[in-house]
Amino acid sequence: MKFIYQTWWKVLAVLLIFYTLIAGFLLDVPHLPILHETIRNVYFHVPMWMAMFTVFTISVIYSIKYLNTGKEEYDLIAVECVNTGTFFYVLGLITGMMWAKYTWGEFWSNDPKQNSAAIAFLLYCAYAVLRNSIDEEQKRAKISAIYNIFAFPIMVVLIMVLPRMTDSLHPGNGGNPAFGKLDMDNHMRMVFYPACIGWCFTALWIATVRYRIRLIEYKKNEIN
Amino acid sequence: MRKILFLALLLSAYVSAFAQQNKQVEMADVMRSSGKIYVVIAVIVIVFAGLAIYLFSIDRRLKKIEKEK
Repeated sequence: MKFIYQTWWKVLAVLLIFYTLIAGFLLDVPHLPILHETIRNVYFHVPMWMAMFTVFTISVIYSIKYLNTGKEEYDLIAVECVNTGTFFYVLGLITGMMWAKYTWGEFWSNDPKQNSAAIAFLLYCAYAVLRNSIDEEQKRAKISAIYNIFAFPIMVVLIMVLPRMTDSLHPGNGGNPAFGKLDMDNHMRMVFYPACIGWCFTALWIATVRYRIRLIEYKKNEIN
Repeated sequence: MRKILFLALLLSAYVSAFAQQNKQVEMADVMRSSGKIYVVIAVIVIVFAGLAIYLFSIDRRLKKIEKEK
């Protein structure tokens, strides 16, 4: 747990994102029809989802840890990771809608990927509602931990698996190639991977700050 | 025929004069080259720099509070 108080990885995250902001606009990208310059959105839209997955995964790990040990701190980590993840979820959805407007024609074209992403979003909204509806602390922690462990795989299936089994406009689904060999050349990878790492660490950073605030609040309430 | 040729000659002179004028107006320094994209980059970098500084300051304040405990 000492890791979250260290500074080096926060600086690293900021530097990586600075690099992607500059290189993402200046480096050459493949010239593709329909996409045109919007292909640069890969550096900013996809990392939002990567960041979301990172904090949600950490949240599940700490939910399991909570059920194993019953340590209140683990529950607080799980909650704040979900909160941060939901924030990046919204960013991912909105940036995706913006991008879709100018490539697919509509903000929301009822694409399988969009629809299942919306459903999975409701799953995590339900998590927040469930938590806030239980007053007793231990019960709340236990029930929401169990819910979280179930919600995560369903979210992964909804976002990553189901859209791939039907036709979707989103790259990577139903015979529509992802940003694989065809679209993404190695120049793009040089920006895309640092962007993912940078945003993942930024999400982690925000989550740790929220956790530390919540820990102080928790300790304050404990004494009173 | 002669008149038309003369007119065409004058016209071409006019076009080249305009082209030269354009060349004179353009004073491209770095920030104005390639569609002024550098301005956009500068703006985003400033925005993100602000956010990063903000996050770092929150982190520092939090550290102070944690030490008081």
